[in-house]
Amino acid sequence: MPFLLSVAALSAAALAYEVWLVRAFAIAQWHHFAYMIISVALLGYGASGTFLVFVRDRFAGRLIPGFALGAVLFGITAPAGYMAVRALPLNALEILWDPYQPLYLLVVYVALAFPFFCAAGAIGLALTQRPKSIGRIYCADLLGAGAGALAIVGALFLIPTGDCLGLIAGLGFAAAALALISTPHRRNWGFALMVPAIAGAVLWPADWGTPNPSPYKELSAALRVPGRHIVAERHSPLAWLAVVDSGATPFRHAPGLSLARGSEPPPQLGVFADGGAMTAINRFDGDLKAAAYLDAATAALPYHLLRQPRVLVLGAGGGSDLLLARYHDAAKIDAVEVNGDMVDLVGSRFAGFAGNLYQTPNITVHVADARGFVAAEQRRFDLIQIALLDSFSAAASGLHALNESTLYTVEAFRSYVSRLSPGGMLAITRWLSVPPRDGLRLFATAAQALRSIGVEEPGRRLALIRSWKTTTLIVKNGPLTAPDLKAIRSFCADRSFDIAFLPGMTADEANRFNFLDRPHFFEGATALLGPDREAFLERYKFNVAPTTDDRPYFFQFLKWQTVGELLGMGSGGLHLLEAGSLMLAATLLQAALLGTVLILLPLTALRRGPAAAESFPPLFRTRISIYFLAIGLAFLFVEIAFIQRFVLLLGHPIYAVAVVLAGFLVFAGLGSGAASILGRRIGISRRSAVRLATMCIGVLATLNLVIAPGLFEALHSWPQPAKVAVALGFIGPMAFFMGMPFPLGLAQTADRAPALIPWAWGINGCASVISAVLATMLALHFGFAVVLLLALGLYAMAALCLSR
Amino acid sequence: MGRASVSFRLIAAFVTLTATIAFAVPKAGANDAFADARASMVDKIEDIAGAVGPVDGRDRIDGEVLAAMRRVPRHLFVPDELTGLAYADRPLPIGYSQTISQPYIVALMTDLLDLESGDVVLELGTGSGYQAAVLGELVSRAFTIEIVPGLAEQAAARLAQLGYENIAVREGDGYYGWPEHAPFDAIIVTAAASHVPPPLVQQLKPGGRMIIPVGTRFSVQHLLLVEKEADGPVRTRQLLPVRFVPLTGGH
Repeated sequence: MPFLLSVAALSAAALAYEVWLVRAFAIAQWHHFAYMIISVALLGYGASGTFLVFVRDRFAGRLIPGFALGAVLFGITAPAGYMAVRALPLNALEILWDPYQPLYLLVVYVALAFPFFCAAGAIGLALTQRPKSIGRIYCADLLGAGAGALAIVGALFLIPTGDCLGLIAGLGFAAAALALISTPHRRNWGFALMVPAIAGAVLWPADWGTPNPSPYKELSAALRVPGRHIVAERHSPLAWLAVVDSGATPFRHAPGLSLARGSEPPPQLGVFADGGAMTAINRFDGDLKAAAYLDAATAALPYHLLRQPRVLVLGAGGGSDLLLARYHDAAKIDAVEVNGDMVDLVGSRFAGFAGNLYQTPNITVHVADARGFVAAEQRRFDLIQIALLDSFSAAASGLHALNESTLYTVEAFRSYVSRLSPGGMLAITRWLSVPPRDGLRLFATAAQALRSIGVEEPGRRLALIRSWKTTTLIVKNGPLTAPDLKAIRSFCADRSFDIAFLPGMTADEANRFNFLDRPHFFEGATALLGPDREAFLERYKFNVAPTTDDRPYFFQFLKWQTVGELLGMGSGGLHLLEAGSLMLAATLLQAALLGTVLILLPLTALRRGPAAAESFPPLFRTRISIYFLAIGLAFLFVEIAFIQRFVLLLGHPIYAVAVVLAGFLVFAGLGSGAASILGRRIGISRRSAVRLATMCIGVLATLNLVIAPGLFEALHSWPQPAKVAVALGFIGPMAFFMGMPFPLGLAQTADRAPALIPWAWGINGCASVISAVLATMLALHFGFAVVLLLALGLYAMAALCLSR
Repeated sequence: MGRASVSFRLIAAFVTLTATIAFAVPKAGANDAFADARASMVDKIEDIAGAVGPVDGRDRIDGEVLAAMRRVPRHLFVPDELTGLAYADRPLPIGYSQTISQPYIVALMTDLLDLESGDVVLELGTGSGYQAAVLGELVSRAFTIEIVPGLAEQAAARLAQLGYENIAVREGDGYYGWPEHAPFDAIIVTAAASHVPPPLVQQLKPGGRMIIPVGTRFSVQHLLLVEKEADGPVRTRQLLPVRFVPLTGGH
């Protein structure tokens, strides 16, 4: 039993390390980069299988010292690997320019793959050395991993990011200690190892693990200016927030301020999320003149069409949009902000600076996710405003391409419009991209949403304006009236903004102040409303098709056909390639390449090595490889699809990751435990058990596809714990059955060809890595439903492959 | 002391003297060790300009701009360890979270300013001082402001050493421009800006041009060209460093 505990502890440490790395790289570099590095580093899991093939005999009968060695090495290399990587001059932005960057990347892969290699090697060793206990060891492995996923998210709420690394290292040592304590004659060694375990957790200097933001992130650049310094920080798994005092040089954050009537913003504090995406807290002393500058941006448009509206701001951020609403004498202001730390900063820590904005009698700020809040809301609003909170440079260079955004989907727009009073308006401001991307996709999504609720002429309800930096889209609950149109025209004329689309406008009205080589926005918007909509989407050089909850990648615009054309322009065209999409393709390539090497290498060795002496039927090896490849791919397909689907229900990707990952691991662990009982106690053959499990997975997945979207919509108003319970209700049974094929296949292999066990383990590890990347790529292009269906196909294939 | 030793000393002294002269006035001549590299950098700029197609109606970079870039010793504007890459077709990090832009982008932005030899120009975000040096080659006076003290000091020393007497560097906040020397025929803003500072628009001469690259440090997404017409109104144009013809395929 203590040994199983040590397996669980090591597994928890490895998973916690994985999740922690995602956070660390999101702060140091950018989200997509984190994604690539970690996907490839996980190949360490696969590589451990390969390694075991070669050292299997050497460790025969030495499971405990071998396991302890792996766990200790994990405890050392997990922090050491990260610290080494942190010292490298790695720069995601330079990757297209600097030939050394790929080399640094290789070092990163190796440094970060090694800890995973050690942990997985130790667990793989346990599985090969104790074939009788495969089910229980695998169960402990998954339960531990699930606990690790939950624990790290909890830890990230409680302590600074840097401190968590010490805990993870300490847990690695603790796993080694537990393993040694489980055998009487090594007990003293075990107790000795508890010393570094506890020391790592308690004495770890936070600086050693604190991620340094890249010098090219907004925060680093801002801090170069003399006199600027961080005055407050908040840590959570959602984001690391750093509040910066501007010193003598004001931030003057006023995106897209009119060139015709710009006034200077008041003094501001800059709040940087993960070292990027700055939002400003304006100094406010009750004199609304300080907010006058906000009226000179495109986002102010709806206030010139509505009188004293009841406003809902989605994304309160630093509070600029609330100030704008106050400036325009809004009757009542509700604001939603997903990050409680942000609300705390504006509402209490810097409440004095912000003029007690959040304490204003007609303002209410809610900590919630936007979609969930709107769906649960019974009231109607005259204006729902979606603020501009992401960073321009990240959006401009396609760094968000892989981020799902449930804020801007057809379903989301439908939900917003349903909460508008008659004549009320939805207003969305986005960064302007050239060539037009964000603006047109918003427009397409809005038009699609209106059509889907039976509006025959969506064009009569839509208006799109632009400055040189931002676009603002208005979706009215009802046709835009002549006074509306007049007000929009005069708002734009006063501020030198361009009208991109208004019902009934002509092309010569479209491109006057901020000139593009053609009236692209007007032409695009008109085409998107017309009969040749599909043809336009097909022809346009970027993907601006409406986004849906099934495919919520609002920021992914790159079409692969355009890549060739851009590359043809030499380095002049590189600027328009989308970093996120390219990284994804690069990751898939690398994962597939390294994965193949890891699978093929042991294959050739097995043919020549000692294993060749063991006899197993021809075709057995092929069937086994397909079997483990298929279930490795399928498991992660389902997991990734579920994570992305449950973002909608749980409100934030980090919650979805924690709940889905933990749920899958724990229930799959239980399932694998049950699988061995099925065989031993009830006497069902392994093959039948796999087929049964596959059938159950199929039924449950289909059920999920059919009822989940509607159910999620209905559950938005439920409290978070209830939503988590529902999520686990979906995940539990599915994961339970998905936990069965691996140990059943492994047990079958153990009976027929024990030499193939580490190899099966390796294939499964490689397949998992490729699978995570592949699933994201498929979801980007075809949606989650397709990914889920493909997973079912793979399970069916696996079931057919397992021989009697 | 033998004769050989004397002549060796003479040669050494001569070499040192020549090197000193060459170093003091590299602006005057391109016949240093990097002249070839510089020439091929300019060829590359012309290649890219040809490949991306016309920007703002012009399908080549003005000869004067290219000639200026053939003269400015870019290798002296990058950190020592990157000297070998100074003329490569890429942006380079120069420390302080800053970069020196890709040569093509420097050429394109300079070209779009439509400079005349008698012009007075303002630059915001001196960085290494390379862009200022290119401007200094083309106009009568260039004023440049850098907010990061370390960069401002380095650039000022570098430009002075290279003999750019028509360039003035100031350390500080550029938001309010440089009113003592306003109005300017052209303004170039290479520092990140969430909006166009209104004081800069005021300091632009009627008929003048302002250019702002939009994007990240390593990748310019598009260029914002601000034009102040003689009769007052300010208009902007957004220019891609590449051209899609047409954006919607077909034709």
